[in-house]
Amino acid sequence: MQGPLIDTLALHGVSRRTFLKYCSTLASLMALPPAAGVAMAEAMAAAPAAAKRPSVIWLPFQECTGCTESITRSHSPSIEGMIFDMVSLDYQETLMAAAGHQAEEVLRKTVEANKGQFLLIIDGSVATGLDGAYSCIAGRSNLALLKEIAPHAAAIVAMGSCAAYGGLPKAKPNPTGAVSVSDIVKDKPIVNIPGCPPIPVVMTGVLAHFLTFGSLPDLDKLGRPKAFYGETIHDRCYRRPFYDQGKFAKTFDDEGARNGWCLFELGCKGPVTYNACATVKWNGGTSWPVESGHGCLGCSEPNFWDAGGFYKALSMPANPLRMAAGAAVAGAAAGVAVSFANRAKKKDAKAAHETTTLADLEKSEER
Amino acid sequence: MNELQFLTWVRGTGLNIAVGLFLLGVLWRLIEIYSLGRKKDLSAPRHVAGASGWNTVFRRSIPPEGMVKRSPVSYLGGYAFHIGLAIVVFLFAPHIKLIQSLTGLSWPALPSQFIDLVAVVTLAAMVVVLADRINKPVKRFLSTFEDWFTWTVTFLPVLTGWLAVRHLLFPYTTMLALHILSVEILLVVLPFTKLFHAFTVFGSRWFNGAVNGHKGVAV
Ligand code: SF4
Ligand code: SF4
Repeated sequence: MQGPLIDTLALHGVSRRTFLKYCSTLASLMALPPAAGVAMAEAMAAAPAAAKRPSVIWLPFQECTGCTESITRSHSPSIEGMIFDMVSLDYQETLMAAAGHQAEEVLRKTVEANKGQFLLIIDGSVATGLDGAYSCIAGRSNLALLKEIAPHAAAIVAMGSCAAYGGLPKAKPNPTGAVSVSDIVKDKPIVNIPGCPPIPVVMTGVLAHFLTFGSLPDLDKLGRPKAFYGETIHDRCYRRPFYDQGKFAKTFDDEGARNGWCLFELGCKGPVTYNACATVKWNGGTSWPVESGHGCLGCSEPNFWDAGGFYKALSMPANPLRMAAGAAVAGAAAGVAVSFANRAKKKDAKAAHETTTLADLEKSEER
Repeated sequence: MNELQFLTWVRGTGLNIAVGLFLLGVLWRLIEIYSLGRKKDLSAPRHVAGASGWNTVFRRSIPPEGMVKRSPVSYLGGYAFHIGLAIVVFLFAPHIKLIQSLTGLSWPALPSQFIDLVAVVTLAAMVVVLADRINKPVKRFLSTFEDWFTWTVTFLPVLTGWLAVRHLLFPYTTMLALHILSVEILLVVLPFTKLFHAFTVFGSRWFNGAVNGHKGVAV
């Protein structure tokens, strides 16, 4: 196995063996057969010289750059980062050297030269309020940019929960009219990689799949790669035995929390969150949010931002029960009103009561 | 609406409406029923009426002699599902958490596996009781729409809850939302159907016992 990628990796102290191992791990993570790992490694290693590498355009919309940070700072020297050596990342504002008119020129040229072939990565939601004026790049709204560039892409990767589902900008009252990429683009294959931020290896997995097989991996109905979003955090959580035993931490620093008990009562959304944190972990497998003592926020689920509060247990009301007091008063009033009506009925019945005498009975017998 | 929005709705707006209607209905019916009162019995009481009332409250929880043998399904099935329901509803940790967040009251929970077992027994008992109602001509004859309906709205919360915990049928998020929704339907229906016996059963037993005691039949 030879190729420009292997050379670059070697330059960064990553051996061929490590790379191969990485690919087979990736393949198994994605529930692909073992042979797929080798195929991936070969396809990626054989990625041809710079001129012909698949072009990638990465557009940042209404975002916080957290997704870019997550990928680029995953861990170093990161194989995840290296994977980007297989593609030609032609436009990425945070990372590219060019700026201003030069950058715009690059974007125009890249689209021109790779029509129908480039992979479009988007992070951030699309602002639609005021014709998209809330978020502009080089005087053009994200909305206009997306509508202009998306039709020329081979496929789109919506990176992070904002691009995938609208994300935090879409939280009530959604002042900018934020929507997801798939709300705007309807006629292109789109893969959602939600997470706030998403796990780097998921991104790499999808890229590797695209490079190896020329297609996007299997998606669930929310557009997420099934391989990484097939199970809930709760399914794979190492605190799960405590959940099953009914042992819950009550505060973040009580004895239960120190003993690694379940964080359900502290608001953990793991049971309703499909993501790979519990298996893949973060920061090169060092730890992950629930392991570090904080409940899952549900960041890879659409609308996690408006799901009733991060620190409220799933079994708790999402909002205060405002109707309760009024309803109780109304119920009591109805009860009292009906009881008065019943009393009146009783009284009427009593008043209408006629005493039957023996004479009356005899009368009726005569008839 | 996606799954999480559905779940958030049933945890928020839906719960708000259901609890509101439940409180409204319960207070309405309780006040209505107990304000009806009883006509004063002018005869001299033959027994201490109050004591007979209390006696009846307890005694009617115990089957009369020979009845368990004659109608085992009604008695054993009835016990199993009533006790099961009480355990599942009041001793499952997430339920206690809900009650605590609404009222501030809390108590220790039972392990989830045990609750799981009780839920299965409860479901089985309810199915058996239903089958018996369908099979026995007299029971079937006496059954009205309300009986089938109330059985269903009681059965669904247990079934959906069990399915949710076991991660069966639908993704957990959807199943949990369906579970909460089914409980909300139960809450709304409860005050206006025979299910209201949850509130009135002991009161009416007391009345029956007291009236009978007054007449000289201490039961
Ligand atoms: S900490 Fe969260 S994900 Fe882990 S078992 Fe508890 S509820 Fe589930
Ligand atoms: S643990 Fe939950 S909130 Fe945290 S990153 Fe993973 S999916 Fe997102």
